[in-house]
Amino acid sequence: MKPPPFTYHDPSTVAEALELLSGNDNARLLAGGQSLMPMLAMRFVLPDDVIDINNIAELSGIEVTGGGLRIGAMTRQRDIEFSDVVQQHCPLMREAILQVGHRQTRNRGTLGGSMAHLDPSAELPTVAMATDATIHVASAKGTRDIAMADYPAGYMTPAMELDEMVTGVSFPDWPAGHGYGFVEFARRHGDFAITSAACLMTLDASGAIDRISLTVSGVGPAPVRCRDAEAMLIGQHPSEDALKAAGETCRAIDAMADVHASSDYRQHLATVMSRRAMTAAAARAAGTTGATGATGKGE
Amino acid sequence: MSDRRSVTVSVNGKTYTREVETRLTLADFIRHELMLTGTHLGCEHGVCGACTILLDGQSARSCLMLAVQAEGREITTVEGIARGEDELHPLQQAFMDNHGLQCGFCTPGMLTTLIEFLRDNPDPTEREVRVAISGNLCRCTGYQGIVAAALDAAERLRKEA
Ligand code: FES
Ligand code: FES
Repeated sequence: MKPPPFTYHDPSTVAEALELLSGNDNARLLAGGQSLMPMLAMRFVLPDDVIDINNIAELSGIEVTGGGLRIGAMTRQRDIEFSDVVQQHCPLMREAILQVGHRQTRNRGTLGGSMAHLDPSAELPTVAMATDATIHVASAKGTRDIAMADYPAGYMTPAMELDEMVTGVSFPDWPAGHGYGFVEFARRHGDFAITSAACLMTLDASGAIDRISLTVSGVGPAPVRCRDAEAMLIGQHPSEDALKAAGETCRAIDAMADVHASSDYRQHLATVMSRRAMTAAAARAAGTTGATGATGKGE
Repeated sequence: MSDRRSVTVSVNGKTYTREVETRLTLADFIRHELMLTGTHLGCEHGVCGACTILLDGQSARSCLMLAVQAEGREITTVEGIARGEDELHPLQQAFMDNHGLQCGFCTPGMLTTLIEFLRDNPDPTEREVRVAISGNLCRCTGYQGIVAAALDAAERLRKEA
């Protein structure tokens, strides 16, 4: 359980890191190390070069842009957890991040690392899918933006070239007072979720749903937006029956099976987790529009 | 051919410089180069929490860092927690008094994790303590004694403050 030999680099600028990546098809970027270090220890990866990007100051930071937040790739999960602007602009992300690993791993783990690793049930890519985030990537040749909908190319594989790196992610704002809910099912707190769901919702003056985003993770190879459920609920009041029926459509997601759970069980969890996420979002959305007595707050 | 570098770190207030292979983990550096064997390795892949140290005051798993990444940083290991030769840290004393350990394998990680946690959250609920140590596996105690020790230590530390 020791990392294999490699050549270590620790550039201090993005330009230097991209230069090292360019033309090198067996290099790995070392971000927070909470996934790459175990993969090295288990020798799932045998890179010739490890490019440590922890000393690149320009990759960290949380910035409020016109329409949302832009968060640098090397921003620690801890800094997202304790950020007031994240809580204000994207409370879904704050709720999700509390379920990312443990304090010891969030102190080191980064947003960009989680996005690039793209574990099927990872929380931050789920939030990115729920909010229609944009992933900013760069290579020595230039920069480009990838819509989250196009970002997963397959199981743990982002739609990026070998010489590209994630530099940041932009999360568009939802209107102030929107409802949100992030729930997951894991065997133990902090474990990888077997299935998780994220919901964002706004209600109109009559209390009917006028905008909804529903994402389920850990079922397919990457987070999936549940468009059928979303379409079903527009214009509806978020009654228990309506949310249950919408959650039921998530059973149709093409599901993986592994040692942790069968595909049937994952599909079942998709219906339950999505219903719970929608229920939480609806209560919070209602709390702020005053349509029901819910508080808009809570755990 | 191995890739080597010099690394200088402060551990428990003492500065050390060593030349090491760049692939050496911080955990192995602490144990095998500095011979501070209080930091334990259970899994070597980030699951058990036994190797938790404080890096500039924040808990981190030392098996998930390279030694060279600790260049210029301040590390606290379990050896650096006690108040003096004859005086344990109140958290250590509370572990002793509440049967917070049996074999002691998980204890260094529990202590470092809880030191950070109690600093950030001096008056936690039992549930919060359980979440705080959810990344530390203990195969002996069933966690009851550890949770009791953490709550007891919180009270002792609040009285001091
Ligand atoms: S040895 Fe580091 S987490 Fe288990
Ligand atoms: S006391 Fe033995 S593992 Fe915790």
